[in-house]
Amino acid sequence: MSEEQKYPEDLKYRETHEWARRESDIVIVGISDYAQEELQDVVYVELPEVGAVVEPEKEFGAIESVKAAFNLWTPVSGEIIEVNEELEDAPELINEYPYSLGWLIKIRMINPDELENLLSPNEYRALIKGERE
Amino acid sequence: MQESLKRTPLYPIHKQLGARLIEFGGWEMPVQYSGIIDEHLTVRSNMGIFDLSHLGEIEIRGDGALPLIQKLITNDAERNLVDGRILYTPMCNETGGIVDDVVVYRFRSDRYMLVVNATNIGVDFDWICAHNDTGAEIENRSDETVLIALQGRNAPKVLRKLTNIELTTLKYFWFTEGEVAGIPTIISRTGYTGEVGFELYAKTGCGGDLWNAIYEAMARIGGKPVGLGARDTLRLEMKYCLYGNDIDETTTPLEAELDWTISFDKRDFIGRDAIIKQRTEGIKRRLVGFQMLNRSVARPHYPVYQKNQHIGAVTSGLPSPSLKRNIGLAYLPIEQSKIYTKIDIEIRGKRYPAKVVRTPFYQPD
Repeated sequence: MSEEQKYPEDLKYRETHEWARRESDIVIVGISDYAQEELQDVVYVELPEVGAVVEPEKEFGAIESVKAAFNLWTPVSGEIIEVNEELEDAPELINEYPYSLGWLIKIRMINPDELENLLSPNEYRALIKGERE
Repeated sequence: MQESLKRTPLYPIHKQLGARLIEFGGWEMPVQYSGIIDEHLTVRSNMGIFDLSHLGEIEIRGDGALPLIQKLITNDAERNLVDGRILYTPMCNETGGIVDDVVVYRFRSDRYMLVVNATNIGVDFDWICAHNDTGAEIENRSDETVLIALQGRNAPKVLRKLTNIELTTLKYFWFTEGEVAGIPTIISRTGYTGEVGFELYAKTGCGGDLWNAIYEAMARIGGKPVGLGARDTLRLEMKYCLYGNDIDETTTPLEAELDWTISFDKRDFIGRDAIIKQRTEGIKRRLVGFQMLNRSVARPHYPVYQKNQHIGAVTSGLPSPSLKRNIGLAYLPIEQSKIYTKIDIEIRGKRYPAKVVRTPFYQPD
């Protein structure tokens, strides 16, 4: 995978390695290829219930791999309208398809301005480069 | 990675094999190659090769060697060792806390090798020297020694092709010296996985050749390189203690259920009085295995509760690849440590049910 494919252009990123994909007032959230690669072997995902309200200052869940626990932070505030139930039986989707089948939650945004606080693909690539060195 | 991290002589090989490297006790070590679960299951079903050159080797020689070792360890090297035998033992301080857990090799009645944890090499060396009032010669040979482990049911088959040494008569916790792939090697029938296997010691300069010879023979029949990640999952399934997690200077061998390594008959060793006192009074807590009852994963330091009472902390915890369950170890008060006792583990502020279970978690066949 090229660096471009690893961090798709249509997404925004948090420094904590979550991505956000905007679809009108909905934001889909997942973790980046870098994060899944660091974690490896995901065995369990702990996600909030539909209807829960999440905000960027609070962890909303966690991903467990054999190696470690990875706390999840939301890129934007809002109400959870859907969680990826496939992950219950197939948590490995996060490793295999971090940007598609491995998505985590869908949020109805409260404040779209929050997207401006996130990193662009280029900024995120620079961050990863720094972490790798 | 920090500039100051130490690397084993096999570091370039790990890079070439595509290992992911992490910092471990001041060393830059492979944590995984193909993936922790894959490596783990390969060791359980076939075999795997490990670089353990970060471990320390301290040689103790001379007429004063045995008396010094007897003073340092809780086990009995005089009664339980002969030439070619190996002994697992804690080394305690005056209060019975564990300074390190080590493996003692007896070459001759006046020559021994202590294999010690990587994180403790300096501490152990100083500790041993500080108690040397018998004039023993003590030498830290860690930097000149590579240690390669081959673990798994097919390990004897592979090693047999590389050496003339009779391996079938080499029993568990015995060692011998000879050549493997033409390289002078100490072949030890030991391991940290619960599987049949060997640990091979050689001079640093021969490390690459020894690894490559074993690697090629092993990979041909499906063996794989294994990193520290799977080393941890393999050892935890067997309830083998990890120094720094499950045992340290604040825990005693009795609490860690290492009773079998204490020789109460031995007249004197460091920590004896404290350990005997603890045995007489009875221990207050012990290291037990538990299994999560949901899919949450317990990790070291997570608090343990029973009915809202804080009763202990997790020392090791992870998903067990062989059992597909989440397992862990914790020190629990004796009265709350019986098998099937229900406990709660606090994970990210919420409590999840677990139960105390029999150990080892996994029984190799």
